[in-house]
Amino acid sequence: MTTDVPVPAAETPDRYVAVQRSDEFARLRRALRGFVFPMTLAFFLWYALYVILSAYARGLMDTKVIGHINVALIFGILQFVSTFLIAWLYARYAGRRIDPLADRIRAEIGEVTHEHGPRG
Amino acid sequence: MSMVLAAEADTTARNLTITLFLIFVAITLAITVWASRQTKTATDFYAGGRTFSGFQNGMAIGGDYMSAASFLGIAGIIALYGYDGFLYSIGFLVAWLVALLLVAELLRNSGRYTMADVLAFRMRQRPVRTAAAVSTITVSIFYLLAQMVGAGALVALLLGIKPGTTFLGMNADTAKIATIILVGALMIIYVTVGGMKGTTYVQIVKAFLLMSGALVMTVLVLAKFNFNLSTLLGKAAEVSGKGDAFLEPGLRYGVETAGDATKTFYSKMDLLSLGIALVLGTAGLPHILIRFYTVPTARAARKSVLWAIGIIGTFYLFTLALGFGAAALVGGKEITAQDKAGNTAAPQLARALGADFFGGDLGGATLLAIIAAVAFATILAVVAGLTLASSSSLAHDFYANVVKDGTASERQEVNVARISAFVIGAVSIVLAIFAQSLNVAFLVALAFAVAASGNLPAILYSLFWRRFNTSGAVWAIYGGLISAVFLVFFSPVVSGSATAMFPEHDWHWFPLSNPGIISIPFGFLCGWIGTLLSREHDERKYAELEVRSLTGAGAH
Repeated sequence: MTTDVPVPAAETPDRYVAVQRSDEFARLRRALRGFVFPMTLAFFLWYALYVILSAYARGLMDTKVIGHINVALIFGILQFVSTFLIAWLYARYAGRRIDPLADRIRAEIGEVTHEHGPRG
Repeated sequence: MSMVLAAEADTTARNLTITLFLIFVAITLAITVWASRQTKTATDFYAGGRTFSGFQNGMAIGGDYMSAASFLGIAGIIALYGYDGFLYSIGFLVAWLVALLLVAELLRNSGRYTMADVLAFRMRQRPVRTAAAVSTITVSIFYLLAQMVGAGALVALLLGIKPGTTFLGMNADTAKIATIILVGALMIIYVTVGGMKGTTYVQIVKAFLLMSGALVMTVLVLAKFNFNLSTLLGKAAEVSGKGDAFLEPGLRYGVETAGDATKTFYSKMDLLSLGIALVLGTAGLPHILIRFYTVPTARAARKSVLWAIGIIGTFYLFTLALGFGAAALVGGKEITAQDKAGNTAAPQLARALGADFFGGDLGGATLLAIIAAVAFATILAVVAGLTLASSSSLAHDFYANVVKDGTASERQEVNVARISAFVIGAVSIVLAIFAQSLNVAFLVALAFAVAASGNLPAILYSLFWRRFNTSGAVWAIYGGLISAVFLVFFSPVVSGSATAMFPEHDWHWFPLSNPGIISIPFGFLCGWIGTLLSREHDERKYAELEVRSLTGAGAH
């Protein structure tokens, strides 16, 4: 039961290869990677900038902005804001651009291989 | 007179803490028994039947992730060292973007019960699953010990057992051991009886309690300062005696030692190293990864991470108010008098706020009791998740796929998972009793470093790199795991410093406390070299993995 592939083994690997090489799947892959790779790089650099400034730019980080609230605190809060923002952007993007493509390809695969038992 | 009243209030707090804790235990055990009746198949046991909604799973992820180290530890570090504690909050939150963008949905689509389902998908099963099981159990045990040792350390303080006094005939040391055994026994029951379904509900209840408790305290702290953050910060800085430095980076991490450039350099490297491990560790934590299997689809997995980010982010914003609130209203001296590491800052703050807002010692005792009970609930929910992750891996990866080579029946596998949970729980109890003097934060940081160095490279290569193969996966996992543990063993946290595990010995040569900055790139490098050293490549299985992970076709 453990590592079973829940599809008829003889024909489907080739079926998957065919799907993987299709233009439609290439579009899906591009849609996903085109968003998540640059966004990962962006938030990682943004976070790294924060950590590096905390270590090496104390003068800047210690500057007071309003009352006792300094740049370090605002920078930290901005990391929260950017995290929430990226999460929201991704959810919106995935709903519009990734899900419809994925649904269509999945439906096409389903037509050929049939449903295979309950989705456990 | 006031001493007598305070002592009475302490007794009230203790009785109330115990009562609330027992209510939590009773409710969660009832849920566990109910869940056991719904648990029939392996999917029920490992993945809660995959019937949880995105919101429920988001809450459960929060309950699984916000450990005692987050709640008590971060509040404590901020209370004692000010701004630097905030780095943990930020790293622990930003880390969720790795899970959201790169891991959660693809893992949900292509895996079944464990992290290794994805890692071994297109590889030779035995070597990859063995490596994944070793890494899963190592990470989970380090994390588990941290929580159990933390529970033991807290109990004497939270129940107010002072040196020379006893509680139910136990002195502080006996009470610690009794607590570790109690926590261990409860987590074994939650997991063996309730499986993933029971564990998930325990985590949901805990997340609700923790968020409510933290919210109430945050509002009270802010109310105390007329909802002016600047006033709160100013007061905290003033009481700390460190002035503006308390609100700036550098009191705890990246410390600048005048006239010692080497020491300053290493301290700053340590800060960078910690920062990297925090942000890359989360998406490699097995107990977090298996939570994505409890929802029906990848879309629900995405929704659960979105909820988790909202819940966890809000909570970490609360920790700012809790930490600086404790610094301002309790004060560093009072806190270190209770616990040198500052772990009791949040409960002490609760007592101060309760006394202030709800009248005298009794009000203080009541709020202290509530927060103390929440802290225990927090620990219980996290240890249950960890025990489940490690027993799942032992049963599904090692027993069913390595020992039995895929021939075990579903019933056998689940029975082995239950036995594994019992054994892992028992081993953790014994280890935790011996590990009582270990620094809790160090154990958590080590778990994150191993997860980021071994598991994360293997997962990312697996999902995104066509050429990746068995040799690469095995190299990545063992390379990251061994280098992280090896470097920590020769670091100042194990020997050669006053706060080390073995303070009287010194065999350290690695200057950093956090291995991440070396071991994480090393893990990725190992995965790359290991891959190039082998010609194995299964194009068909890669096509299947890629299509299934991106589209959800054939998902379990």
